[in-house]
Amino acid sequence: MSTRARLVMFLLAAAVVAAFFSAACAHLPPFATPDHPYGERAVAAALERRTANVVSAVNFDIRAFDTLGEESILFGTVLGATLLLRRARDERHRRPVAERVMPTTRLFATLLLPVTLAVGVYTVAHGQLSPGGGFQGGVVLATALHLAYVAADYRALQKVRPLVVLDVADSLAAASYTLVGLAGLITGGAFLQNVLPLGTFNTITSGGTVPVLNATVGVEVACGLICLLAHFLDQAVEFTGPDQYEKTGDR
Amino acid sequence: MNAWLIGAAVVFVVLAATTAVLTRDPARQAVVLAVLGLGLAVMFAVLQAPDVALSQLAVGTALTPLLILLTVRKVTHRPTRESGGEHDRSRKRDQR
Repeated sequence: MSTRARLVMFLLAAAVVAAFFSAACAHLPPFATPDHPYGERAVAAALERRTANVVSAVNFDIRAFDTLGEESILFGTVLGATLLLRRARDERHRRPVAERVMPTTRLFATLLLPVTLAVGVYTVAHGQLSPGGGFQGGVVLATALHLAYVAADYRALQKVRPLVVLDVADSLAAASYTLVGLAGLITGGAFLQNVLPLGTFNTITSGGTVPVLNATVGVEVACGLICLLAHFLDQAVEFTGPDQYEKTGDR
Repeated sequence: MNAWLIGAAVVFVVLAATTAVLTRDPARQAVVLAVLGLGLAVMFAVLQAPDVALSQLAVGTALTPLLILLTVRKVTHRPTRESGGEHDRSRKRDQR
């Protein structure tokens, strides 16, 4: 197809999409109005289940099934990356060497590592109370661990990152989300129904199954992302292709 | 006041996104993407969606640029006979 034909086709398609999009946007409620029908219902449902963070109530209670899908997407992504980034037959494993780090960088990362880990755990644990939750806290935890790489070198990161344990924990956490859902099916009559005692509003145990599901997502995201990054780092740091054997020792 | 904040955040996001599209070098693009992620996080925060802002901050500002940079390093780290200069440049980038 020529450039001109492609341009004409794009302009036609863009005009159609623009027309329908403008027509649809005309029926939207006005921007930033105080009343919101869905918001009011969600807040009422969240308060009824004694979950202080309404977003967590939507994610892990009202729409828990959607979150199961999102969690499975991440699990599948990690699985696919693991499969694709495994060591090929013509790649050679290179032992990572000790590297010199600037003292200020080392100090910065060493101080920040425990702080970031604490922030991650806090974000996961308080997901049902304040903004944050399993996904956000999990990503913070996963990236926090890599400050060890910034502070020292790849060997230090490998010491704080037991990949086999994390792989198993990732799968177990992904499975336990479904198991909590099945528990709801057995005792409450519906998949992912909130069957646990709801507790006192605005305490860390409130919300029934919300903190449990939140924690499983936190563990799954943290372990999954560490494994994902591990495969990318292995490819970048450890594996060398067939055409670069002689240049490997020069870093 | 809030409307001004939202407007400024939207303008920043539009500018950063345009810059990201116009940047051709993947390594530079990763940095621009990190800035764009920060802008999006600020926009979500001023639109009163702190949960989404946190996700955006963690994934868009830290994780995605990191994955891009690692991929760029893996791909450009391969020395061939005619592109020794390219190899040197990629090594300098890694040492930041």
